[in-house]
Amino acid sequence: MADLTYNFAGIKTPNPFWLASAPPTDKEYNVVRAFEAGWGGVVWKTLGEDPPIVNVSSRYGAVNFNGQRMMGFNNIELITDRPLDVNLEEITRVKKNWPDRAVVVSLMVPCEEEPWKRILKKVDATGADGIELNFGCPHGMSERGMGAAVGQVPEYIEMVTRWCKKYSDLPVIVKLTPNITDIRHAARAAVRGGADAVSLINTISSITNIDLDQMAPMPTVDGKGAHGGYCGPAVKPIALNMVAEIARDPECQNIPISGIGGVSDWRDAAEFMALSCGTVQVCTAAMHYGFKIVDDMKTGLSNWMDSKGYKSIDEFRAMAVPNVTDWNQLNMNYDIKARINQDLCIKCGLCHISCEDTSHQAITASRVDGERHYEVVDNECVGCNLCMLACPVENCITMEEVDNGKPYMNWNQNPLNPLATAAE
Amino acid sequence: MSDIAVGRLSDEELAQNFSDMYPRLDRKTALIEASRCYFCYDAPCMEACPTGIDIPNFIRKISTDNVRGSALDILDENIMGGACARVCPTEVLCEGACVRTAQENKPVVIGKLQRYATDWLMDSAEQPFVRGPATGKKVAIVGAGPAGLAAAHRLAILGHEADIFEALPKSGGLNEYGIAAYKVPDNFAQKEVDFILGIGGITVHHEKRLGEDIHLGDLRRDYDAVFIGSGLGSVQAMGLDNEHMDGLYNAVDYIADLRQSEDLGALLVGRHVVVIGGGSTAIDIAVKKKRLGAESVTLVYRRGAADMSATLVEQKFAQNNNVTIKHWMQPVAVKTVEDHVNGVEFEYTELDGNGKLAGTGETTVLAADMVFKAIGQVFVPDPVSPESGRLDLRNNKIVVDEHYATSLTGVYAGGDCVVDNVGLTVAAVQDGKQAAKSINDYLMNS
Repeated sequence: MADLTYNFAGIKTPNPFWLASAPPTDKEYNVVRAFEAGWGGVVWKTLGEDPPIVNVSSRYGAVNFNGQRMMGFNNIELITDRPLDVNLEEITRVKKNWPDRAVVVSLMVPCEEEPWKRILKKVDATGADGIELNFGCPHGMSERGMGAAVGQVPEYIEMVTRWCKKYSDLPVIVKLTPNITDIRHAARAAVRGGADAVSLINTISSITNIDLDQMAPMPTVDGKGAHGGYCGPAVKPIALNMVAEIARDPECQNIPISGIGGVSDWRDAAEFMALSCGTVQVCTAAMHYGFKIVDDMKTGLSNWMDSKGYKSIDEFRAMAVPNVTDWNQLNMNYDIKARINQDLCIKCGLCHISCEDTSHQAITASRVDGERHYEVVDNECVGCNLCMLACPVENCITMEEVDNGKPYMNWNQNPLNPLATAAE
Repeated sequence: MSDIAVGRLSDEELAQNFSDMYPRLDRKTALIEASRCYFCYDAPCMEACPTGIDIPNFIRKISTDNVRGSALDILDENIMGGACARVCPTEVLCEGACVRTAQENKPVVIGKLQRYATDWLMDSAEQPFVRGPATGKKVAIVGAGPAGLAAAHRLAILGHEADIFEALPKSGGLNEYGIAAYKVPDNFAQKEVDFILGIGGITVHHEKRLGEDIHLGDLRRDYDAVFIGSGLGSVQAMGLDNEHMDGLYNAVDYIADLRQSEDLGALLVGRHVVVIGGGSTAIDIAVKKKRLGAESVTLVYRRGAADMSATLVEQKFAQNNNVTIKHWMQPVAVKTVEDHVNGVEFEYTELDGNGKLAGTGETTVLAADMVFKAIGQVFVPDPVSPESGRLDLRNNKIVVDEHYATSLTGVYAGGDCVVDNVGLTVAAVQDGKQAAKSINDYLMNS
């Protein structure tokens, strides 16, 4: 049995599956249910200063795709709408009753030293394991100069992180907003400020859809809508890229990363871990199906690790990072061609039409003895993968490397590149 | 003594047995099914559809809630898309060709999706079709079944006027008088006829039978063109003695009575029933008798399961309805007592050395209170009109060329009454549609 325990920036957790700071972690009742279900930790829904904020009615929107619900999810909720003392009291009790679980407290107060000092002191008293700075919330709070409004200014990130390190002994995780052009600037600022870890991504500014009868964005509040924060399976590719950018940034070396963004099962988690995450945080999948999904996450990750011979998370963590590179390092002499397994082909013709209409006219359509027949034209095939991706039959179309006898050559070495440096 | 009685089942049981065989899909199920369609290029299902409906396109439109667009895709090619969605043997047509059949033996349920779209349009009460600018040409059509109605509808779109002459009191042909009741409940056939006639320019004259009330020669004289879509009239004989005894019925006649019956409990039902034949009609009468309360129903066919024109799915359907199917037996004598059928003697059959069907000499008798013949029908030409003598027939069916033209100039034919027609509603609709296009070419160029 693989060992799923992990020490994330000094925070011990029985497994790497945490619930992200969000509605599922808003109060003791939910968190206890999550721990009973087996979650390794929670990031408590963001605390702020009293008086608590007020939420609106109608808060979530979703993108359904091809009959599947909540492929993407969006919310216009703010931070906790309960008094600070109530939350602190519950956090204290939960940590006391569940000492083996990770309890991290998310915080968001105005961008001034005093409010941070005040709240950090109170959080320290709860016995919580760490704090997470919410620099990411893209809606509502950002209009008030908090959340993403801070996370979009690296100087602010660094400044607030420094205050937190100054007034708290707890590990500080900086949660980053994806609503910027280059995530590395935010991550570097957190590192400079002394952050113990970063977590990402927070939600992406979004309008999920327009109700064509109301002529208003969803979710609609009395005929109007505001942009919300997008999350769920749809955002995972964006999150993976941003995690990878930080993982391979020289200025962010070895900063622990908690991966967030569309994690729905153990495979998603393993992918984030392969890009160096030590823990992952989940929200949408739990909001869709309830807390029981953690069972598959734990056993699935464990079974996969066993099958690969990985005894602990660190044995495979970050293994994919060296293989994430800049485009100009890719081997331009690597050559693959599509291969169609005619025995598996069900004659849907999608490989042909996708290539014919939109790509390289490299798959012919013909009839052989009256039967539809699709054939790759090697000379035209550029090895783009489109046919393989469009084909609905597993392993029917594969991409096969062809040996062209040419050595590794990247764009920097390519004679066609006006700025090429001579190949060594 | 024969045991034939009425009211073998309660009204509730009969209502249940003759309700909708497959209820329509709800929106959610339709969307899930639609999402299973791969939107194939050069889709095999399209090629398998006799009317050439663009199936991937209409399914995609269902998945986007563009149901009106979907229905029009279907009805543009097949004005009886609603009936065909219910009665087509999809397992040997579109769904049999669906790539998901090849992939996982679980096709997209194209027939049910087609019904979802066409029902939506018919429920909306919209008449989406408009007559073309009037050409002043008039076409006579014999038969208000699928072929005749499809021809009339297409002619109306093309601006011609159509007079339909129908032998029976109602329009719809086998949709009204033949198709299994549980496939088209709730008077669907008449609703569809009304929908088709709603385009205008089509007049139906009922109880006008070719050769009795109307004659080919007169139609040729009075109209610019003629289309014969009269189907098959007469049931073939088995060529046995006692073929006219009480208790021996033509399946198509009994089915027509059942379809027109207001009270299923008033229909005569034998305790033990034997059906002779191997097509959809045989399956249909066998299942109906079982659902009407017969204790045993045995369907007998002279060859094997694969030789039956009823599909394997239809055969299984009958067996699931507790119909016993016996193969390789041919009738040799009708057994009677006091002028009433009480059984049929069958001879076992096999293929001889030349692959020809031959009796083995061994026989057996199946007891039966009622016996149904479902062994096919033949076209009945107009016996009066001298012109009929010049109408080329082969195997008692009308010979047409690739334009649906008969041997008589200006006379076209399609549907069950022409040679090589497979006897499906969908094929009749295609014939009517294509013949109308040929008639249009003929009218506009002459």
